[in-house]
Amino acid sequence: MEFRPTLVAFLCNWCSYTGADLAGTSRLHYAPNIRIIRIMCSGRIEPTFVLKAFQQGADGVLICGCHPGDCHYQEGNYKCLRRYKLIQKYTQQMGIEKERLRLEWISASEGKQFAELVNDMTKTLLQVGPSKVKGTLEVEHLKK
Amino acid sequence: MDKEQTAAKPKLKLAVYWGAACGGCCVSVLDTHEKLLDIVAAADPVFWPIAMDIKYKDVENMPDKSIDLTLFNGAIRNSENLHMAKVLRNKTKILVAYGACAYMGGIPGLANFSDKEAIFRRVYDESESTNNPEKIHPQREVKVKEGTIEMPQFFNDVYTLNHVVDVDYFIPGCPPQSERLVEVFSAIVTGAQLPPPGSVVGANDKTNCDECKRKKTDNKLVKKFFRPWEIQDDKETCFLEQGVICMGPATRSGCGVRCVVGNSPCRGCYGPPPGVTDPGAKMMSAIGTMIDANKPEEIDEIIETIVDPAGLFYRFSLPGSILGRKVQ
Repeated sequence: MEFRPTLVAFLCNWCSYTGADLAGTSRLHYAPNIRIIRIMCSGRIEPTFVLKAFQQGADGVLICGCHPGDCHYQEGNYKCLRRYKLIQKYTQQMGIEKERLRLEWISASEGKQFAELVNDMTKTLLQVGPSKVKGTLEVEHLKK
Repeated sequence: MDKEQTAAKPKLKLAVYWGAACGGCCVSVLDTHEKLLDIVAAADPVFWPIAMDIKYKDVENMPDKSIDLTLFNGAIRNSENLHMAKVLRNKTKILVAYGACAYMGGIPGLANFSDKEAIFRRVYDESESTNNPEKIHPQREVKVKEGTIEMPQFFNDVYTLNHVVDVDYFIPGCPPQSERLVEVFSAIVTGAQLPPPGSVVGANDKTNCDECKRKKTDNKLVKKFFRPWEIQDDKETCFLEQGVICMGPATRSGCGVRCVVGNSPCRGCYGPPPGVTDPGAKMMSAIGTMIDANKPEEIDEIIETIVDPAGLFYRFSLPGSILGRKVQ
């Protein structure tokens, strides 16, 4: 079967989700591989969210927040950036390709940029191929 | 423990078994010192490889559910560990994952950063002390004059006890503090109301930071992380505020914060606090907020000083974590 990557995206309520909304109301066409989860702030992103997405079969995880200096909560996006860099270092140690995790800033007016970003990341994931995280530690059969 | 009361009741049957373990957990049972006499007054050890001579076959021949309490320590590394986990599950009423390895994978679980082939290559071919010109590797079966001898199968992955059988209770720690074992044991012997199956027992419900006596302020921002040997600890300020990574914020209390009392940062052997499945992820979350920089390059520089986040944050919990092992 043809590989269709699953891209899980965490979008902040104030800028990036509104940006994605703009892409929709502007009737822009972009890759349908994305599954958007709205969160109040990119600073709400816990590493657990990202790891769980990978473990449950996401081929890529995209985090979007307000541009630096624009955070609705002053500095949530900076906290997100610091955590993102740390998660990136950990996931690479765990053998997850760097391209599968991405952080980008999308403002409420950047519907076009959002659509391009989703297309671009989907294209990248097609090149990287299916993620092998799900099922890398098979335990279900052990209790039988 | 009231000796007269326990003497009147039939004695409990107790088993202590080790999977992939260092033996420290078994020793922690002996470390109950004179309380051990109370334990053997209330319970007969029926199977305990470190302390008594009994064969697997004898355990296999016991009636199902005839052992009241089994303390299973160690991770599941090979087919022997798996087999005995299944046998003991069938023979035991209350199966306890005892210690960090049985609970979350522990130190043997760090092998999940590698795989069977790489481990065998390192151990039997490449290590500095190996002299093996004929490249002899262990075989599952060897034919000798008397017949065929079988070796346990070494798995590619390390599992937790809960991965392979249903576990009633978890007692964390590397090793668990002996006094906490005595508390749990007393509760079982006296027939006290036990928590619901699947609970962590012999530990508290808060984090180590909550019990730690070191001086803490609200300012946790740091420009550089240090490994413990790189700085002179002042012996009173929170390790994190000194820039030394301490697993306290993501670790369940119950040990008495012993490592920090001994002027060493917490390593996280008690596992995550209630409601958390992945202590390493929580630790990354906490450490992320401590990085005192907003520019990507500066953040990179600070993170560069955390040499091995995976090994540091998942020292005792890799197989039990969300990812479980390195992707292969």
